[in-house]
Amino acid sequence: MSVYVNKDTKVIVQGITGGTARFHTKQMLEYGTKIVGGVTPKKGGTEVEGVPVFNTVQEAVDVTGATASVIYVPAPFAADAIVEAVDAELDLVICITEHIPVLDMVKVKRYMEGKKTRLIGPNCPGVISPDECKIGIMPGYIHTKGHIGVVSRSGTLTYEAVHQLSQAGYGQTTAVGIGGDPVNGTNFIDVLQAFNEDPETYAVVMIGEIGGTAEEEAAEWVKANMTKPVVGFIGGATAPPGKRMGHAGAIISGGKGTAEEKIRVMNECGIEVAETPAVIGETMIRVLQEKGLAEKCKTH
Amino acid sequence: MNIHEYQGKEILRTYGVKVPNGYVAYTVDEAVEAAEKLGSSVTVVKAQIHAGGRGKAGGVKVAKNLDEVRTYANEILGKTLVTHQTGPEGKEVKRLLIEEGCDIKKEYYVGVVLDRATSRVVMMGSEEGGTEIEEVAAETPEKIFKEVIDPVVGLLPYQARRLAFNMNIPDELLNKAVKFMTGLYQAFVEKDCSIAEINPLVTTGDGEVLALDAKLNFDDNALYRQKDVIEYRDLDEEDEKEIEASKYDLSYVALDGNIGCMVNGAGLAMSTMDIIKHYGGEPANFLDVGGGATAEKVTEAFKIILSDKNVQGIFVNIFGGIMKCDVIAEGVVEATKQVGLNLPLVVRLEGTNVDLGKKILNESGLNIIPADSMADGAEKIVSLVKGA
Repeated sequence: MSVYVNKDTKVIVQGITGGTARFHTKQMLEYGTKIVGGVTPKKGGTEVEGVPVFNTVQEAVDVTGATASVIYVPAPFAADAIVEAVDAELDLVICITEHIPVLDMVKVKRYMEGKKTRLIGPNCPGVISPDECKIGIMPGYIHTKGHIGVVSRSGTLTYEAVHQLSQAGYGQTTAVGIGGDPVNGTNFIDVLQAFNEDPETYAVVMIGEIGGTAEEEAAEWVKANMTKPVVGFIGGATAPPGKRMGHAGAIISGGKGTAEEKIRVMNECGIEVAETPAVIGETMIRVLQEKGLAEKCKTH
Repeated sequence: MNIHEYQGKEILRTYGVKVPNGYVAYTVDEAVEAAEKLGSSVTVVKAQIHAGGRGKAGGVKVAKNLDEVRTYANEILGKTLVTHQTGPEGKEVKRLLIEEGCDIKKEYYVGVVLDRATSRVVMMGSEEGGTEIEEVAAETPEKIFKEVIDPVVGLLPYQARRLAFNMNIPDELLNKAVKFMTGLYQAFVEKDCSIAEINPLVTTGDGEVLALDAKLNFDDNALYRQKDVIEYRDLDEEDEKEIEASKYDLSYVALDGNIGCMVNGAGLAMSTMDIIKHYGGEPANFLDVGGGATAEKVTEAFKIILSDKNVQGIFVNIFGGIMKCDVIAEGVVEATKQVGLNLPLVVRLEGTNVDLGKKILNESGLNIIPADSMADGAEKIVSLVKGA
């Protein structure tokens, strides 16, 4: 089992004719992801990597039966692309695009209230269930199938954690990048809940960063609900206040959103927090050993 | 992006938010001329820098006549103000706002921000104006009131009224307060603000509701559709290296240390700073080259790092996803050829096209120290810089 995506997930690529989308469509197909169509207005009837291109999301869904979409369209048009996918009633929409104006996302989130679609991102690496389905931009080869769930606000830090786990012989059920923007579709708690309910996931790595209070809220949720061990990491302990550190959401303002505070709350809620990003894997293995889960989680 | 107080007030005026009359001045003569034009009995001379706490640092003076305007303008222009927001090096004052004084009855606070927890825009109000809102939040949180705004309908009149009542704004000024708040919200959404803070909002003896100060910040991601806001950018207020980086869409923040970092991805870039510190070093910068970087962009990134005279060593830490390792490698090789490199350079490559990237570095003949992991790389660069 895995969360959100599996070997049967049929995916369309929005903005498929762009350079980045082409490159990653090829990579996703090579990984074995069922990419069944693409969407670019006015490019309907053409093909990219052997995948048929449609003018609208609805048309692509009607013809291919896709239930998920991945969005690579440029930031000024990305909010519209998300809403188009929501209106086509897709189950899952993963938005890779970064630099979307935040007030666009405020409107998108409002529009999505009461709708069935789950949005992951924007400004995220995507979702991968190893050996089954890779949707997004992450390098496939570092992932191995197994029992650790990974959820993160940062793309490259997710790769770092996954790489360490795989090298040590601990595969993953699913790795979910929720994105570095202040307004996103899916938060830590949503993903933690999914991992908690997934019988194949035995433990979870949760990677946060400075800015906002999502990690603190997630930690409280873990304390109250989580039946599986959670190991954490927070990036940005040395970041100066008032400066936006790359991600739109990564800023310490008015003394709020510091790494120190997040780590404190996470520790209080029973989450072991890795001291450096280089020991996320080690920390997880130590916790698994303490809980007697190491053997069960070791996959290779 | 930040703008000056006088620019923020210019924007607010166009949305029907009342602000005192005033003019910007770049010289002492312009300041006196502005005061003459205002013709008010009391004139306020305000330093214009992108930082709060100006009053306490001596950047705001009240003048009773033109001579005093001249004296204060002379004193403040060119002065380096050090406030809690400028850092110890302070900021030089190059512009003044010359504004008519007003008869303040009471000071309040109104701010519009994005609330991440609800994914909505929120208007906050308090009758504790004039002090830092963070202090009010810490000491008397019950005095801060919030209205969560639905983007479909915007700030509704009843919400503005409720906020004004909660702030104890007198009934006779209610309509003016509502108009003020409605205009402020309109400005926030139409100009893609990230913060619109009025501290203080004041009520005056002649029955007005005025923005005595205005702090407007803008969402960088929306600037492409806010051409008039970009016009307000003041490069004097920004770090030279950060300006250079922004030309190439590089995300760069200057820091005080001596180890230059070039990383892909914001999370990894922050963590690279953290791990350098963990091994006893000091990062010189945050630099995320982003996902779609070309070899040319990487070259420019490298040049920016090297233009920082404090840098004594460089750590390149790449985990390729959307970013390909060979592109980074080509950029590093190209940059070192162009600018020459006499500093230790540690490179850690992993991810998409890693073998190709390592091959390019190996065959370049450059003195590059390879690292097997992030920790290995951080340890190596810290010891090399300390040994130098």
